[in-house]
Amino acid sequence: MRFRGKVWKFGADVDTDAIIPARHLNTSDPGELARHCMENANPSFAKEVKEGDIIFAKENFGCGSSREHAPIAIKASGISCVVASSFARIFYRNSLNMALPIMECPEAVEITEEGDEVEVNLGKGEIINHTRHKTFKSMPLPPFMQKLVESGGLMGYIKQKSGLQGEMKPK
Amino acid sequence: MGKTITEKILADHAGEREVEPGQIIETRVDIALGNDITAPIAINEFKKAGCAKVFDREKVILVPDHFVPNKDIPSANQAKLLREFAREQRLTHYYELGDMGIEHVLLPEKGIVLPGDLVIGADSHTCTYGALGAFSTGIGSTDLAAAMISGETWLKVPETIKFVYTGKLNKWVEGKDLILFTIGDIGVDGALYKTMEFTGDVIDKLPMSGRFTMANMAIEAGGKSGIIVPDRITEEYVRDRAERDYRLYFSDKDATYCDIIEYDISKIEPQIAFPHLPENVRGISETGNIPIDQVVIGSCTNGRLEDLRRAAHVLQGKKVAPYTRLIIIPGTQWIYRQSMKEGLLDIFLDARAAISTPTCGPCLGGHMGVLAKGEKAVATTNRNFVGRMGDPESEVYLANPSIAAASAVLGRIGSPEEL
Repeated sequence: MRFRGKVWKFGADVDTDAIIPARHLNTSDPGELARHCMENANPSFAKEVKEGDIIFAKENFGCGSSREHAPIAIKASGISCVVASSFARIFYRNSLNMALPIMECPEAVEITEEGDEVEVNLGKGEIINHTRHKTFKSMPLPPFMQKLVESGGLMGYIKQKSGLQGEMKPK
Repeated sequence: MGKTITEKILADHAGEREVEPGQIIETRVDIALGNDITAPIAINEFKKAGCAKVFDREKVILVPDHFVPNKDIPSANQAKLLREFAREQRLTHYYELGDMGIEHVLLPEKGIVLPGDLVIGADSHTCTYGALGAFSTGIGSTDLAAAMISGETWLKVPETIKFVYTGKLNKWVEGKDLILFTIGDIGVDGALYKTMEFTGDVIDKLPMSGRFTMANMAIEAGGKSGIIVPDRITEEYVRDRAERDYRLYFSDKDATYCDIIEYDISKIEPQIAFPHLPENVRGISETGNIPIDQVVIGSCTNGRLEDLRRAAHVLQGKKVAPYTRLIIIPGTQWIYRQSMKEGLLDIFLDARAAISTPTCGPCLGGHMGVLAKGEKAVATTNRNFVGRMGDPESEVYLANPSIAAASAVLGRIGSPEEL
């Protein structure tokens, strides 16, 4: 999977209340959640974000709550991929489970600024910052997690394992 | 080579002889938990997968506690989805309003989570149950859906940091201060992906209420879980509550830890976490003059009977300061009733506190005490992120119940020593 887009840059410890405040958790509708995405961190984000844009953030992105509404809101806002110096554990897990592409690469985060034009190649674990003409390599996903992604996320994997016939989770 | 309590619990549940940190295991779970915010997504995924029955109706637990009593129509619809699913699946452990409590206070109280269990919950504070010597961790809704179907989950075996607390607790210092101090020291990602094992002679003497508070906030240091090796205090707590067998696991003397951190807590005074991260911790003597608008005493962190007793002890014969609101939320119906029997509710009412039915409510800015622009609150809760309790320009200061109660009387952040 490859993505190219404009960068929205955030600092360290962006928490799930910043990504999607709890006052909006009375729904899990992706469109509604997207309208409030990043409301507590950057109130203009939801209005100005464009399809394909990429979030860059420093350490511990997504800390706090287990709410899956956070990756749902980010994905539904049009963001194609999140690159961070590190991710909080539950957010990392949720993103993988629901197929929001994420990548850990502190070196790329260090150099990249808001508005940069960036290309991310998930398969190769590569990030190209076209504005600054730099290329970065990130760690590939561990094999078990690659298997999850190949099965279409966690539900796809569980359905294969349990022999269930339900529709596959839309990607 | 010795093993930690966490590695032993995970190995047994995964059917492995032993496990190593970093290893990914697929393991059975004893309990899969959800609430009125996270379970609706899980229930929808469960149905989309074409699954007819949960893996075990005794082990899938639903507790509507976040926006209950329903704060608005969409919340009512989410709670209704849980209720209908619980009824259709004939879940043993579904707790309706009037019977419910804040999930992480309720489950130990009812003896549903026991030592040696492996618990996953679609709520980040699921790590609370580590206080019982169980492995428990927060996961998302899709993870919950998968576990409801299969009875299994996948986990990366975490490394463990051992925390050793020695010395004597100063007056007004309790479990909340120990964990706030720890987060202040290691930071909000200081235990990222790791287990925090709390040990030392201070922990050996700490009552269960303080142990729950500490394990509860492991997530605020990024921890995967917090855990305390079970002892006499644990056994006394679970003995009359348990309705099934449980197993006590212990850490070996030669177990491997990625770090060992020791604190002499004789030097620690009550701790306050300043906005907007739980790591922004200062001692009460270093807070300065901060006027406040609201105090909340409750939550999965500090809504237990012992917490309310501490608050009542401070509030006895006192009044909340003019133009200041005090909201007290017993964690469960049992705690509510017990507070009434012990006369705590009279003390709160005499002090001009509002008493709420059990709910997570204001902790996450849901309802029952949302903050206006520019307002400041002292709360015994667990997070003080931007906008956590209401308007993005409001502020939350985290503290223990004694400090919170004293602050309500003073109308500013302060200690019971000042009353």
